[in-house]
Amino acid sequence: MMALLIRDLRLAVRAGGGFGLGLAFFLIVTVLVPFAVGPQSDLLARIAPGVLWLGALLSCLLSLDRLLALDWEDGSLDLLATAPLPLEAVISIKALAHWITTGLPLVLAAPLLGVLLNLPLDGYRWLVVSLLLGTPALSVIGTFGAALTVGLKRGGLLLSLLVMPLYVPTLIFGAEAARRGAMGMGVETPLLMLAGISAGVIALMPFASAAVLRINLR
Amino acid sequence: MSLNVSDLCIARGGLPVLEGVSFILRPGGALILRGPNGIGKTTLLRSIAGLQPPLGGEVRGGEDRIAYSAHSDGLKSALTVTENLQFWASVFGTRSIEAALAAYDLTALHDRPAGTLSAGQKRRLGLSRMLVTGRPIWVMDEPTVSLDQASVALFAAAVQAHLASGGLALIATHIDLGLAADVLDLGPYRAKPLALDDFDGAFL
Repeated sequence: MMALLIRDLRLAVRAGGGFGLGLAFFLIVTVLVPFAVGPQSDLLARIAPGVLWLGALLSCLLSLDRLLALDWEDGSLDLLATAPLPLEAVISIKALAHWITTGLPLVLAAPLLGVLLNLPLDGYRWLVVSLLLGTPALSVIGTFGAALTVGLKRGGLLLSLLVMPLYVPTLIFGAEAARRGAMGMGVETPLLMLAGISAGVIALMPFASAAVLRINLR
Repeated sequence: MSLNVSDLCIARGGLPVLEGVSFILRPGGALILRGPNGIGKTTLLRSIAGLQPPLGGEVRGGEDRIAYSAHSDGLKSALTVTENLQFWASVFGTRSIEAALAAYDLTALHDRPAGTLSAGQKRRLGLSRMLVTGRPIWVMDEPTVSLDQASVALFAAAVQAHLASGGLALIATHIDLGLAADVLDLGPYRAKPLALDDFDGAFL
């Protein structure tokens, strides 16, 4: 399993691996929002947590269609399915590799980009905490979407449409936690809900993903 | 332990292509599958490898003992030859890849990115993966595509060595490998056209 994780991380940082794609998109969104909204710092401060969360979610979505499609195209998915690793483990490792190459950089970049959006000082801690808790759920749910659409040519559109509604609860509670944190209110309830969603999908989603992948590999 | 395939009926895209396929493959034995294009050789091999469930019949003795080699080699072009092979060796829990590299004359290419290899060299790297799986049953789909004569000889020697050590090999190929192997012509097993009564089944 470590071998698969190391391979995926290595592939992500080599030429053509797509590492940084999500990060660049996140940067573009958050840099452009102040231009689009106008220089009203109080308004920016109010929308900053939501914009940062939305940017992180869309960046995650952007990189999903490569998650399994590349392994499908070169045939390694077939070979992995006949390897001693259970498909559930393969899927979980793929989601973990996606989180490390996409989710984690977003979490680390978010505080820097918060400055551009005039995020209140109290908000930084809770923004990072909520992203840290929420982005694993985005990767795991996204892997399910990728497993559903693997083998479809240009499956990216269908993938986005399928994954979008599943992302809504994570977005609601994640952005709510960050917003309440920024406004100095209690964040326990949305954070607990967010942690619950993440823990639930990490525990259950790999089974669903492996099941649809088995059907798609036939 | 032998590989028993009995009365196997398989489908592609929901339509039966082969039915009543039966054979027994014993340790040290090889079976060559022949048949015209579209007869279902790949589908049969995928079913035996466990990638798709058969419509009927059963495969015994194959669980966790099959190494499957498909049309595509599953190589990552950004990784080097060693990294590609080392990955599969770790997945299958074997240590050394030197013997596999040597068997297919890849030692000199070991630090080249797989993307820069020629089609035949890629194929040889794909085939060397079988050696690091450490599994007794080799199920191979057209293994000699894009190989030159010398490489075909390397492949035949690798299969010969595998059989000599008690392994089994099931190979779909059109060329003569010079192996002492039984040949199974799939032509007579072609499935009769079937009226579809299970509409949903075609999608699942």
